[in-house]
Amino acid sequence: MQRNRGASMKRAFADLHLRVNLKDPATASRIINKAATLGYRLIAVPLSPETREDETVKLQRICSEAKIDLASRIDLRPRTHEELTHQLRRLRRKFEVICVTCENKEAARQAAKDHRVDFLSFPSLDFRQRFFDRAEAELASKSIAALEIDIKPLLVLEGPARVRLLSSLRREAAIAREFHVPIVVSSGVANEMLLRRPRELAALAYLFGLDETSALEAISQNPVSIVKRNRQKLSPKFVAPGIRVIKEGKDC
Amino acid sequence: MKRAKRRYLALQVDSDGAPAPKEFMDAVWSAVSKLYGEYGASLTGLALIDYNAEKKTAVIRTALATVDIVRTALASITSLAGKETAVHVVVVSGTIKSLYEKIR
Repeated sequence: MQRNRGASMKRAFADLHLRVNLKDPATASRIINKAATLGYRLIAVPLSPETREDETVKLQRICSEAKIDLASRIDLRPRTHEELTHQLRRLRRKFEVICVTCENKEAARQAAKDHRVDFLSFPSLDFRQRFFDRAEAELASKSIAALEIDIKPLLVLEGPARVRLLSSLRREAAIAREFHVPIVVSSGVANEMLLRRPRELAALAYLFGLDETSALEAISQNPVSIVKRNRQKLSPKFVAPGIRVIKEGKDC
Repeated sequence: MKRAKRRYLALQVDSDGAPAPKEFMDAVWSAVSKLYGEYGASLTGLALIDYNAEKKTAVIRTALATVDIVRTALASITSLAGKETAVHVVVVSGTIKSLYEKIR
């Protein structure tokens, strides 16, 4: 028990889906500071390819003042597999995290098997568009994609809609576990009052069948390792998986 | 009969308004009942031990077996007396004495 408590104290918690309005720096600053106060060490903010450089710099400054690490993220909503491939080719090297919101089966299957996709996400309100079934999980397990689950809908929905969502999430989490697809739990909120402490996010994850260890991994180890891996890949010293430049110059 | 083990939770109420103790406990009971039903709520043995409206802190008691249920329900609270609210668990402890020592 003591050992577990010690292990959880050392965890670096991450929320890789913080919806921050870059046009409103005051609110952005409030949300980011709140996330830092609640105990997160790493956040990711969805950006778009059109995001101006000064906005990104401002965001990075807010994060460094709040002593929180920022990862760049983009959310893609492709309609066809060609569109997804094209977007990935164009954007993979510009963002640290790529999430594909799968709105149709074709895009979902392509996203699951593409090694450039980090997160698979499914619309929470339309239950017919949740394509995370066993076939999807099998493809995802062979690539590196993780299943991202946003907590926001669990907070804002009520009654039958929340019941249906919980039922879908429980099924998807069980499938993900069966096929060893990592699960990442994020907040997905744009309002600071909906932000929760990491342990509270883990507690909400119990609702869809994650045990304590898996829930804590879904908000710490899993997201942190994805960002770490992508940062290594985006580093100029990266050559291939397992190979990187350690030293270069005439004396090598 | 075996003594029932309990846990004490120190909470921080993050809200624009200043909710009354009754409003706070109603919100907690309502959240537990919505997520786990009346049967689940009946297992928790929830009780308000202390409430400070100025500092917006509260101490509640629950059965050890239902700490996770209460944690989840508290995290699902989004409004209190019509105002946007978040309830954060600050400390969990086995006795009131050690709870206050940890808070200090």
